[in-house]
Amino acid sequence: MSPLALTSFTATSAIGRGLDATLTSLRAQRSGLLPCRFETVRLDTCIGEVPGIDRVKLPAELAEFDCRNNRLAWLAMSEDGFAARVAERAAHYGAQRIGVFLGTSTSGILETEIAYRHRDPCSGALPQDFRYRGAHNTFSLAAFMQRALALAGPAAVISCACSSSAKVFASAQRAIAAGLIDAAVVGGVDTLCLTTLYGFHSLQLVAPTPCRPFDTGRDGISIGEAAAFVLLERPDERLDSDGILLLGTGESSDAYHMSAPPPDGRGAREAMLQALAAASLEPGDIGYINFHGTGTPSNDAAEAHAVASVLGKKVPGSSTKGATGHTLGAAGALEAVMCALALKAGLMPAGLNTRRVDATLPVSYLCENRPARLARVMSNSFGFGGSNCTLILARAG
Amino acid sequence: MRPLHASIESVGLLGPGLPDWPAATRVLTGVSRWQPVPPMLPLPLSLPSAERRRSGDVVRLTIAVGLEATARAGADPATLPAIFASSGADAQNCHEICEVLASAERQLSPTRFHNSVHNAPAGYWGIATGCRAAANSLCAHDASFGAGLLEAVCQVAVDRTPVLLIAYDTSYPEPMRSVRPIPYAFGVAMLLSPARQAAAVPLSWSTASADRMEDQALERLRGSVPAARSLPLLELLARGADGCVRLDYLDGARIELKVSHAA
Repeated sequence: MSPLALTSFTATSAIGRGLDATLTSLRAQRSGLLPCRFETVRLDTCIGEVPGIDRVKLPAELAEFDCRNNRLAWLAMSEDGFAARVAERAAHYGAQRIGVFLGTSTSGILETEIAYRHRDPCSGALPQDFRYRGAHNTFSLAAFMQRALALAGPAAVISCACSSSAKVFASAQRAIAAGLIDAAVVGGVDTLCLTTLYGFHSLQLVAPTPCRPFDTGRDGISIGEAAAFVLLERPDERLDSDGILLLGTGESSDAYHMSAPPPDGRGAREAMLQALAAASLEPGDIGYINFHGTGTPSNDAAEAHAVASVLGKKVPGSSTKGATGHTLGAAGALEAVMCALALKAGLMPAGLNTRRVDATLPVSYLCENRPARLARVMSNSFGFGGSNCTLILARAG
Repeated sequence: MRPLHASIESVGLLGPGLPDWPAATRVLTGVSRWQPVPPMLPLPLSLPSAERRRSGDVVRLTIAVGLEATARAGADPATLPAIFASSGADAQNCHEICEVLASAERQLSPTRFHNSVHNAPAGYWGIATGCRAAANSLCAHDASFGAGLLEAVCQVAVDRTPVLLIAYDTSYPEPMRSVRPIPYAFGVAMLLSPARQAAAVPLSWSTASADRMEDQALERLRGSVPAARSLPLLELLARGADGCVRLDYLDGARIELKVSHAA
């Protein structure tokens, strides 16, 4: 594929609002995971909550989209000059020529969960102020962002569970290559809700303490929330050597099980091989890997075997979910931004909370930050339904 | 933008009064009258029994139309990238989860939870067919068919590969039905390819209003089920006629397709 430039990007998660705060936390190896006090949830687990979402007030013209997920999107999109940069490029290309491809798994479902507690006792009807289109529907995030950014091109939410906002990069790349659009706002937003907290609990996949990816005693995930956005454009002469490029994407399916990967990680392997081929790279060209690394025993084992079969055992890697929690449909984009930060800052971030790396896993897992001038990095995202996506990012110079 | 091209190799269809593509062809060409009876969703025998037990209407619907389209084209479903487009995915399952979470116990079943992901039908499709190619699952509310079509045509054009598009919707029970009144399950599958045969479709934008169905009952169906926004295109394909159709997409944008049948 032809490389695309990440001409603007931003992320907001439990470790910070915007890139500076995020990088400061990464440098300090600070985790944002805390015991769960969310809403009425009573579960023995830790979560990565973004402070202040409840206080966000959307402007009146966007009120129909009000929900936790879109409030976080609103909070995040003004950081790092992202919205301003999109406006500038929309003026250049035309609003119809910028697509919106965003990932979310649960959109505004929290509002529906709460509405179901307030149904009319006689008719069973939902409260009068319930908004299906603006809050509940999975598309609500993309509709909100398109309206908020005054864009008028193609728009879709890609909802493939925890690979959602990695796959948006692939869809945007195809739409740009096909000439449908000139640039794309991609990213992902997922916020805390009861469905995922109780759902992962029902599968016995949530850890009681902050998640410990690749640890010998790892015992599940910590759920987090995040928003991450990237503006993708064809690279031009203004891209300096510090610029970040998307070099390759790879997508595959496991065809195995709805909520568990095959033990050999063959679908993950296929996604990584495709991404390397799309980028015209060899395995030895990858300097750091941001693992999907959820912290469940079977996920991490399958990924480790898949990575080793593609890249060998020596490429340093980490899962940033020990810092942010597993941000589900936002994880792909959040971790792509983590990779972009790693490339820019020359820092391979530590996988937090992991004390003793599982010696049976064939990986070089980083438990401490390591400075490194990185050229090309890989990020994995895998989801329920056996949906796999790998991205390769690089420094322009 | 320059127009995008794809060939429509085959269609699979399952909706109210539209039990398969040949029957739908008779309705859409006016040979038989449309009967608004809910569709019978066949058991997905291609799934292993454990998955079959866990699967709901959306899985039955999508596997049925997907297998119909691939069988009609003589294509192997195990090799095809697939795109699933739906406004609400498994509507019944979503309702039941919200009910459980509003109860005191909040005892959510693991199966309900993994079926709640928008890409659950894609996951079951992969298990049923053994397909390990990329699968995508999109949502664009009422524009979901158009979003899936754009994604599919871009993939055909850029990757030069055949792609299976499956657009589907199912009905919510109350109380969600009142706020999102989708009356029927409806699924449509199209096998799109870069080869210039069958019906070739160049695609572009338009701001003119979308085409409507002449038959008032079918027009109501088109307007009430997002996946049925495909009906004007299906009608043209059923008639074997060349022509132009404008399909509903987002507010302020329609997708315009010029359909020409291979000689």
